[in-house]
Amino acid sequence: MSQPAALCPSCRAPIVFRWSSSVQTTCSHCKSILIRTDVNLERVGVVSDLPPDSSPIQIGTSGTYENRAFTVAGRIIYDYDEGSWNEWHIVLNTASSAVGSAWLSDAQSQYAVTLAVRAAPLPALAAVQLGDRFTWSKTEFVVTAITEARYRGVEGELPFQYWDKQEATFVDLRSTGGDFATLDYSDAEPLLYLGKMVDFDALRLKNLRAFEGWS
Amino acid sequence: MSAAPPNPGGTPPSEPQVQTLACPSCGAPLTVRSMGRAVTIVCGHCHSVLDAKDQLSVLERFAAATSKDTPLIPLGSRGKWRGAVYEAIGFQVRSMEADGIVYSWREYLLFSPYKGYRYLTEYNGHWNDCSVVTALPEAQGTSAKYLGKTYKHFQTCTARTTFALGEFPWQVKVDDAIRVTDYVAPPYVLSSETTGSETTWTLGEYVHGADIWKAFGLPGAAPKPVGVYENQPSGLRDSASRIWIAFLGLATALFVIFTLNQIFSQQERVFQEYYRFSASGTEASFVTPEFELKGRTSSVEVRTDADLSNQWIYLNYALIDEDTGQAYDFGREVSYYTGVDSDGRWTEGSRHDSAVLPSIPPGRYYLRIEPESDANLGLLGYTVTVTRDVPVTEIYLLAFAALLLPALLFSWRSHNFEQMRWAESDQPKSIGGGGDE
Repeated sequence: MSQPAALCPSCRAPIVFRWSSSVQTTCSHCKSILIRTDVNLERVGVVSDLPPDSSPIQIGTSGTYENRAFTVAGRIIYDYDEGSWNEWHIVLNTASSAVGSAWLSDAQSQYAVTLAVRAAPLPALAAVQLGDRFTWSKTEFVVTAITEARYRGVEGELPFQYWDKQEATFVDLRSTGGDFATLDYSDAEPLLYLGKMVDFDALRLKNLRAFEGWS
Repeated sequence: MSAAPPNPGGTPPSEPQVQTLACPSCGAPLTVRSMGRAVTIVCGHCHSVLDAKDQLSVLERFAAATSKDTPLIPLGSRGKWRGAVYEAIGFQVRSMEADGIVYSWREYLLFSPYKGYRYLTEYNGHWNDCSVVTALPEAQGTSAKYLGKTYKHFQTCTARTTFALGEFPWQVKVDDAIRVTDYVAPPYVLSSETTGSETTWTLGEYVHGADIWKAFGLPGAAPKPVGVYENQPSGLRDSASRIWIAFLGLATALFVIFTLNQIFSQQERVFQEYYRFSASGTEASFVTPEFELKGRTSSVEVRTDADLSNQWIYLNYALIDEDTGQAYDFGREVSYYTGVDSDGRWTEGSRHDSAVLPSIPPGRYYLRIEPESDANLGLLGYTVTVTRDVPVTEIYLLAFAALLLPALLFSWRSHNFEQMRWAESDQPKSIGGGGDE
């Protein structure tokens, strides 16, 4: 991983990137949200206090997905009716040293890893209902949840600018074989993420958060 | 960042980390254990249902008395379960009604900050360890498929939450009605819970109360299970299968030995003589000339062929070893009747009789014969034939029965177990389909 060093335009603390393609990051010192431009870092806002969080994952946690090592570089936190969940931005390290961005979602300790996929026309949100079936990558998916979420906050590095959002709708889909898909309707054009439900133990996570009384 | 990663499956924990708050309704202390994940907290004192996401505002209240349903696993109990440390944080009683009878079962919510939630359910001393599934099951009529395995529909009911204590990552509502459908493939049970348009699937595995008591260090002993539970593994079923496999092996061996015996029997005739007998005569008993049984110890057949017509003769036989005097005594009755009545011609009995002595050593032998009959039956003629090394059948039939009996017995017991299981189901007729082997 390359680590282009820079200074926070707000507090001058050094900013270290875990992933060379990160577009956005937060200053761990002053909580400024920083956008990477061609030449420097631009401060676009500040992170409000993050909600008390119970995910065992933290920035810097490493693990394995389908025999590829990954490191957690950032996250987006969403609120919904029944609580909140984390979309951890992970950076996969492949054998060919090609590095790719993916997402590890932790919703009430149900873990899934997904990667952005370019797919032929995706359904409009209004046309999607629970139980609908879609086939991508030769796998049939069933819509199992449609969640209206509120953007709660960001931390660390992200592969896109994501700091001025308010609300987003997500459609979760599952297959009979443990595959997982999300349709992200945050922007005008829907995005598709495909991957798998994963078991906590199978991720072989290291550098997890320590919980007082649970060590 | 901590240098040493915590170990989720590691040594049992020190002190539980708890957050202490006060119930806004009754002021009793509230213990919060799941670190900001709780959506609902139920006060252990006044049973108010509190909104954990909105400053513990009181939503409603359970009417049940605390003493009515005491959790067998006290909230706050910790134990190493399925490879990780879990803490009991929630308890709820759910009830269903069938034919006017209310059935209640208890659910214990377990929490680990690393592995999340799972729960233990208990009904009549039967326990299940349940987790939310990852892949999508498919319900197909009277069965459901999950990860390539087929589960049979057991029952569908409406479950209501009648009592709760502690905290939950979902909204607990008093008497909340949820449609629950169970599909079983012992020791597993696949359950779907539907509220509105949302369905959640969980997979449960039958576990023994004693294991839970040990893991969570609970006092006393687990309550004894009553009856047969929907996904209780039979054990008998496996034994029955194994016994049938053993039966098949032994029966095959038996058949091979039987066939060899039939093929290699020498069927050597060693003696034959024709005698006449009249009951009016004086000395009935006589001995035959000697004959030799050669070769190995083998079976000996003594055959009687009598010229009878509505007559009977009883023969007291003794096969006697000339050298040792060892006698093998046996009596045979030969009778044959025939006639015509309104149904036509009838016969009873037979003119022929065969007695097989299973294991006679070689040597010189003779027969002592003592015939008996009715004096007014006149002169009766009969032929006595002695043949050594004849094929035997009865002993094999007996052996076959001895093999068959335990297998049948186990199958019957296994069948009964399945009967008891499916008697509680919505699908009692599926017994025949999968009950026995």
